[in-house]
Amino acid sequence: MDQVLMLLNEYGEDGQILAGGQSLMPTLNMRLSNPQLLIDINHLHELNSITLDDNIVRIGALARHSELALSPIIDMYLPLIADAIPHVAHIAVRNRGTFGGSVALADPAAELPACVLALGGTVVLQSVKGIRKVKADDYFLGLYETERKPNELLIEVQIPVQDPTGLWAFVELSQRKGDYAIAGLAFIGTSEKQFIKTAKLVYFGSEIKPTLAKKTMAILINTRWDDNTRKLIAETLGRDLDPMTNLQGSAKMKLHLQKVLTNRAIDLALKREKPSR
Amino acid sequence: MAYKTTPLTILDRPNSYIGRSLSREGAKRAVAGRGRYTDDISLPRMLHAAFVRSPYAHVKILAVNVDEARQQPEVTLVMTGTELQELCTGPWIGTLSSFEGMKSAPQYPMAIERACWQGEPIVMVVASSRAAAEDAAEFVTIEYEELPVVADKETALDPECPIIHPELGDNLAFRKVIDNGDVKQGLADADIVIEETFQFGRHTAVSLETRALLADYEPTDGHLTIYTSSQVPHMIQAVFARTLGVAEHKVRIIAPDIGGSFGLKIHTYGDEVATTAASIKLGRPVKFIADRLESFLTDIHARENRVWGRIGVSKEGEIKSLEIDVRSAAGAYSQFPRTSVFEANQILNITGGPYKHKNYKAKTEVVYLNKVPTSQYRAVGHPIGNSVGEALVDQAAEACGIDPLEMRRRNIMEDDQYPRVSAAGIKLQDMSHQQCLEALAKHMDYENLRVEQDKFRKKGIQRGIGIAAFIKGTAPGPAGYYGTGGAPIASQDACTIKLEPSGGVICMIGVTDQGQGVDTVMCQIAASVLGLRAESVRVIEGDTDAVPYGGGTYASRATAIGGEATYQASLLLRKEILSIAGTLLQAEPITLDIVDENVVNKSDNQIRISVSEIGRIGHFQVAELPNNIQPTLSVTYRYRLHDALYIFTNGIQGAYVEVDIDTGFIKLLNHWVVEDCGRVISPQLADEQVRGGCVQGIGGALYEECVYNEAAQLQNGTLADYLTPMAGEMPDINVYHIQTPTSVSELGAKGVGESGTGAAPAVLMNAVNDALRPFDACVTKQPMTPETVLASLGKV
Amino acid sequence: MNEETSEIKLTVNGDLITKTVNVRQHLVDFLRLELGLTGSHLGCEHGICGACSVWVDGLVVRGCLMLAVQADGGDVTTIEGLTETGEIADLQKNFVDRNALQCGFCTPGMLMTLAELLRKSELSSREEIREHISGNYCRCTGYHAIVDAVETTISDRLGDS
Repeated sequence: MDQVLMLLNEYGEDGQILAGGQSLMPTLNMRLSNPQLLIDINHLHELNSITLDDNIVRIGALARHSELALSPIIDMYLPLIADAIPHVAHIAVRNRGTFGGSVALADPAAELPACVLALGGTVVLQSVKGIRKVKADDYFLGLYETERKPNELLIEVQIPVQDPTGLWAFVELSQRKGDYAIAGLAFIGTSEKQFIKTAKLVYFGSEIKPTLAKKTMAILINTRWDDNTRKLIAETLGRDLDPMTNLQGSAKMKLHLQKVLTNRAIDLALKREKPSR
Repeated sequence: MAYKTTPLTILDRPNSYIGRSLSREGAKRAVAGRGRYTDDISLPRMLHAAFVRSPYAHVKILAVNVDEARQQPEVTLVMTGTELQELCTGPWIGTLSSFEGMKSAPQYPMAIERACWQGEPIVMVVASSRAAAEDAAEFVTIEYEELPVVADKETALDPECPIIHPELGDNLAFRKVIDNGDVKQGLADADIVIEETFQFGRHTAVSLETRALLADYEPTDGHLTIYTSSQVPHMIQAVFARTLGVAEHKVRIIAPDIGGSFGLKIHTYGDEVATTAASIKLGRPVKFIADRLESFLTDIHARENRVWGRIGVSKEGEIKSLEIDVRSAAGAYSQFPRTSVFEANQILNITGGPYKHKNYKAKTEVVYLNKVPTSQYRAVGHPIGNSVGEALVDQAAEACGIDPLEMRRRNIMEDDQYPRVSAAGIKLQDMSHQQCLEALAKHMDYENLRVEQDKFRKKGIQRGIGIAAFIKGTAPGPAGYYGTGGAPIASQDACTIKLEPSGGVICMIGVTDQGQGVDTVMCQIAASVLGLRAESVRVIEGDTDAVPYGGGTYASRATAIGGEATYQASLLLRKEILSIAGTLLQAEPITLDIVDENVVNKSDNQIRISVSEIGRIGHFQVAELPNNIQPTLSVTYRYRLHDALYIFTNGIQGAYVEVDIDTGFIKLLNHWVVEDCGRVISPQLADEQVRGGCVQGIGGALYEECVYNEAAQLQNGTLADYLTPMAGEMPDINVYHIQTPTSVSELGAKGVGESGTGAAPAVLMNAVNDALRPFDACVTKQPMTPETVLASLGKV
Repeated sequence: MNEETSEIKLTVNGDLITKTVNVRQHLVDFLRLELGLTGSHLGCEHGICGACSVWVDGLVVRGCLMLAVQADGGDVTTIEGLTETGEIADLQKNFVDRNALQCGFCTPGMLMTLAELLRKSELSSREEIREHISGNYCRCTGYHAIVDAVETTISDRLGDS
């Protein structure tokens, strides 16, 4: 670890971390990137762990997606992530790709950064200067842009366990299974007798970064989920989101899809409501 | 669907292998990872080529500096376009005289003064490894002057549009008009006239094995051996020999295992010529394997067309007239030697092909663009023509209030009215539209499917049922095709079959296999005729040193033409075997048969002499035969079609889909194909061609499109961005055959390889539009992306 | 440019191999070029097509997205090795009988991926089979025959046990 941190400090942006390699290796193979130094961290076995620590799930940076898929801790305490993992690429990619790698890259169409934001996670960064924790709200800055400095290594993500009585939904649209999402969202909330009390909506795929839809969330707080609410959401979502027009479609279409997905996500989430005592 | 791969038993004699499914020898190797593809082959002192390619769609090349590149480690050769041209004859001009009025500019294997498409090779670097060659390529510097880009087929003929090749006078490659019957009268007679414009995206084949070539020139004797992933070894032999000035009979082309082709690999590519030239210059083997990014940029493209169509029908649904106007996009040059105009030509030939109408007017303009050249790709033109024709028929059916299947019934050519000529002037015979239609209705359980569709509609779930009837041109004949037009491409094909001393048979064929099982089919034919077990027949293909001259595999010709050649050759060999047997046994050959490796009495099946004994005597003990018998035991038969342009086949497809009208996403629920490819030699292999072909067509219907910016630079040239069908979204495909043998050959087999692709996009578009019918929405563009569907619904 | 090299020791198909490799060489290039194991194929080198699928330490991975040096100390199985063990001999036979391959270029990767599914030893629906191979591109078969061959293999295995 010390050697890695030293090299990162020395090379900064000219050094690239090689973890799962599922995003980095294609760019190297295609000669799209040409780092001076590749720092392979796969031998830092201490970073490969998934533990529960006093109501916080600690996911080591090198935890592979396939390991999350099989983890009873994730299944029990972070079912949102358990729902998201099958959408991440394909089996062979999930066997190598890492949780830390996905959060560090912050691809706008990636599933896991959105989950981290929706679950109020904390990103743990380490450098020669020490350890720094950054709340997810402050971590995702822009298109492939995060708070991580070039000399910092992402070593862990800490995520508080989901409310066992709460709601969640993960929905995504992609043309083929495993493709990057055209539109998607993660929803976390609480409800009572189908009346929504709290709500957190994080959108991905259409935006440059995982995006908390604050105005839309405000509509859902202490609201009945009915056609009127659905109408309000449709009117408001466009003020929270600023979709990109790209090969996958126009901004207009993506906003439309996110509206449709919001309805579906909340419908799905409410089905999970546990009967109240 | 259960296939039983049939084991061989004596009880199967004298039943033939015709109509039985045997497993393929090549499959056994491939599942063990023992396939041998071009990149698996290494030769001593082999070098590797990489290319510097134009990043721009249209540029003047002002200066090319390769000095620094030449100094790089491990580099043996750096060659510019000018230097390459000194080693070549040429240039190429991709026209065929059979297409009247066609014009194309001279084309060099690597760009010299100008690059006219993004990806055009300019400099070749040859080094000890591909990585070293790519490293060195980064040191090539080229000075460019950007030229105006012609990127849009709609404006390519406008007076103010720049002309790519000034010497041609305009950007028109080819224009054609068909005007048969009396369309004006037909329109006047029609009660309802429907008009629509359709758009089709540009495709690339995306074979999993990219283009691959390993050239090995022997300077001491002037022999050139090329291993290459090509469907057409003899054409490569002719074109490369002539282009590089090597004696043609000293050129050997070997097509090893091919990792997918689909028409992509029947063409010639400048970078492959350059690689071969490097081998000639260096006297060492040089290998070029296109990587995936290069493939997207340089493989031939196809399918980019805009088609306006108009159909006139009576209120009873009878088609009175049909018209289409096709604006077809080529690339910067007409691809040599097969041209870039076949696609448009085929669209004109086959649109509305299943129907009885007499009044047809079709027009096309094929235009040059600063994009990679286009040419033949699986089902050439048929996906477009069928989509247009079948969509118009569906729209007309709706306007008349007639069920789409019934609409076909009323207009389809009758099974007992052949031979006839279609409205497009195509001679048709031996077809079975009506039988296929009724079979489809039955297999789809059409009536009940409509009931089910209604039930789901009431629940707010939109399902659609699509129908698409089609004709498919297969097995081109010599008339009006490549050879007539001046290209060194064979339309005849041949088989040399010989009995070995041990009793085994070697069958050498001019058609080739890329995994569809051509070799297995020929084995089944030969074994059946000769009364031998399949494992006693070995088929050799894909090596110009080892097979009689042929055309290779393209246009679904292998079984129809190669199969007939094999059939006839086998008959002649059988005749000689029985003649020798008759002499030895003092019996009339007519009283003898060959069953399960033995010559037997026809009357009582008693074994008289083994075929292996005939082989032994015929080779080693000829003294046993009277002096007037000179055993040859080797036959070459060459088969050509007469007159007809193609052997046309027919079929009909059905599709059942669900459209999510909120997201625009399409789910494929079920798919049916009933088709008639004449005599089916191997049901399993024929079915699998249809299945694979359908899914390839579905790719174009739902996903595939090369996207360009205004500067004609490809925006989605990776497998992450150009979407192809994967297993998660595809349906099972139910395949059925009606067998109406073709009367042009004794074997009676027609082509089947492209039928799935030809009509799958059409049937899907009709199914989707059927689902959207309650919303007065209609999709007329492919690929039918979610955005396209949503736009048709007015939601975006 | 000096080509940086490194010595690696790894097990490939049960054999202990020691080789000096270019650090920038990916695993499949290493297997194909240095060890002559040409059964693993390259279709894209950007991790999408699955033709390069091999096992590393018991899990199927995209061989084009790993550097050979990353396999140092590891255990690699290719289609050649998997064939020798006979673990999927029934699947391979069903592939041949059902013609679940045509050109064969995707087949080694497809089989390496499917071997993982078969190890789970549970009845999979056609949809589940399709989902499992959703990251393996095949252009020839349209996938229907592949699903048939897998379905047959699974039901035969479960039937036998």
